[in-house]
Amino acid sequence: MTTVSAIEFGGPAVRRQSLWRYWRGGLRGSEFTWALAFLVPYIGVFVAFVAYPVFYGLWMGSKPSLYAEVFSDPIYQQTVVNTIVFVAFGVNLKLFFALLLSGFFMRPGWWVKALLMIFVLPWAVPELPGFISIHWMLNGEWGLLNNALYQFFGIDGPSWLNSRWLALGSAVCSHVWRWLPFWTVILLAGRMSIPTEIYDAAKVDGATGLRRFAHVSFPLLANLYLVLTLLATIFLLGNFNTVYFITGGGPANSTHLLATLGIRDAFDLANPRLGVAVVMSALPLLIPLVIILIRRIKNAEVQL
Amino acid sequence: MSTITADTALAPAGARPAERMKRAARRWRYASNVGAAILSVVLVVWTLTPLYNMVMVAFTAEGDVFSDHLWPPNASADSFWIVLTQGYWYLEYFWHQFGNSVFIGAMVTLLVLTIGSMTSFSVMRMRIRNGWVITNAALLTYVIPASFLAIPFYLIMQHYGLHNNPWSVIAAIVTFATPYAIFIFQEYGRSIPLELDESARIDGASPIQIYFRIYLPLMVPALVAVGTFALLAAWNEYLYQFLLLSNKQSMTVPVALAQFLNSDVAPWNYMMATAIIYALPPIATYYAFRNRMSSGLTMGGVKG
Repeated sequence: MTTVSAIEFGGPAVRRQSLWRYWRGGLRGSEFTWALAFLVPYIGVFVAFVAYPVFYGLWMGSKPSLYAEVFSDPIYQQTVVNTIVFVAFGVNLKLFFALLLSGFFMRPGWWVKALLMIFVLPWAVPELPGFISIHWMLNGEWGLLNNALYQFFGIDGPSWLNSRWLALGSAVCSHVWRWLPFWTVILLAGRMSIPTEIYDAAKVDGATGLRRFAHVSFPLLANLYLVLTLLATIFLLGNFNTVYFITGGGPANSTHLLATLGIRDAFDLANPRLGVAVVMSALPLLIPLVIILIRRIKNAEVQL
Repeated sequence: MSTITADTALAPAGARPAERMKRAARRWRYASNVGAAILSVVLVVWTLTPLYNMVMVAFTAEGDVFSDHLWPPNASADSFWIVLTQGYWYLEYFWHQFGNSVFIGAMVTLLVLTIGSMTSFSVMRMRIRNGWVITNAALLTYVIPASFLAIPFYLIMQHYGLHNNPWSVIAAIVTFATPYAIFIFQEYGRSIPLELDESARIDGASPIQIYFRIYLPLMVPALVAVGTFALLAAWNEYLYQFLLLSNKQSMTVPVALAQFLNSDVAPWNYMMATAIIYALPPIATYYAFRNRMSSGLTMGGVKG
């Protein structure tokens, strides 16, 4: 009896202490306080500026009648089509060219490096000046593009921003212009992280050119490419600046995206709830994408 | 193999296969060099046209903006001078607004670095229990498009009475830039052995001493990369600045530029001169920290 009680006496005390440390993450009292104190600023930012706005937005957009109003709006219906076209072309053109160009920039030689320095300029220039310049460049009467077309080829260019599809196409191209360097640099880093021994082995086995790309480079880059596609899709779904500055949503509100239409409804039409409802209608697409992306990032340890 | 045996067997008759192969290889190299040269020209034209347009319009004299030309007939740098001396009624607060942009950029950089490094220190170095919750919250914030939260964020700032206050914009940009900082710091921090912290702890260093004396000095490369990123993010941001800052005293350069764009008589040469002046600091920053930045983009990551 006595021995058992001695063990029992010792047992729970030890366990209680370890449980205590377990809950505190193995940190001693004052250290735990410090660790928590280090977290306070971010928790504060998250609660005040992420959680609160998210729940406020969900509350604002919670009335079903809003959605009836949104869905019956012909501008909204056009906007959904525009968003799908913009995202589909924007993401794929951008990443496809980035994949090819990253291969090009792997070539040795000083002039390829010099070209890369020039190539990243659109990314170094802030978005707004670049887009304003393109906006003026595409002006049908006085813009540089149509002047050049006329002087070099004798063609009268169309007024790029006065028809829906030309304007949307211009927006896609402008977006690709601004962001292609960014994705190229990321894919270039991805390619550089592939050990050269693999390429040497492939060379010995006779794989060159396209076959090397198909059987060596691409399989190694595929996961990165997929994560980047998901990320670019999510970013583009919420893109505001491109359409706002290139087309301004015009002509006749026919080139809005969800983000620009949401801001227009909320501020130009002074109906914030309607704007929130427009933006929230992207959630059924956005949430699955986010879930897939987060899983992918966790599994693959690809980080941006 | 077969070519080598054929080579040794049939010595003189016509072009030897080995030589033919060499010639084919040379032709292939030649073709690929020509292809690369053509691609380079296309890339340079594609990249530089909008930027050339910006410079060209900025150098156009007052009356020549609305005319067909590829380079202004009477080029002059007057518009730069007018912007710098605030000599046009739209530009009367230019330096004040530029100062606002600098202030916002500096505060965002400082706060992102402070909050990001403190959070990652607590989660990754002190290994606080349930730190993954914070990591996931940050990841989730990273993938929420900022434009989708703009409407509730704006209304909340109105509640707090922070309209026209630069701190509301700083809060917004910090909110969306800190998650990226947390990831980069966490990834980079993995390369610093935890034993360093342990031994300092055994020697009696307090967490705050470890943070300042061990963690921050070792994290300098990551801090530089993220700091550059935060500065450029603040410089690029438009939507929140446009919504939250509306009077001439409190607004920043991009908001003023966009106001220009929407006015009836847009003096394009002044606008482009302003845009160029606004674009110069980030271009300089970008090229100064280019290598640090692109390694930051992929730091520890892109293992895919």
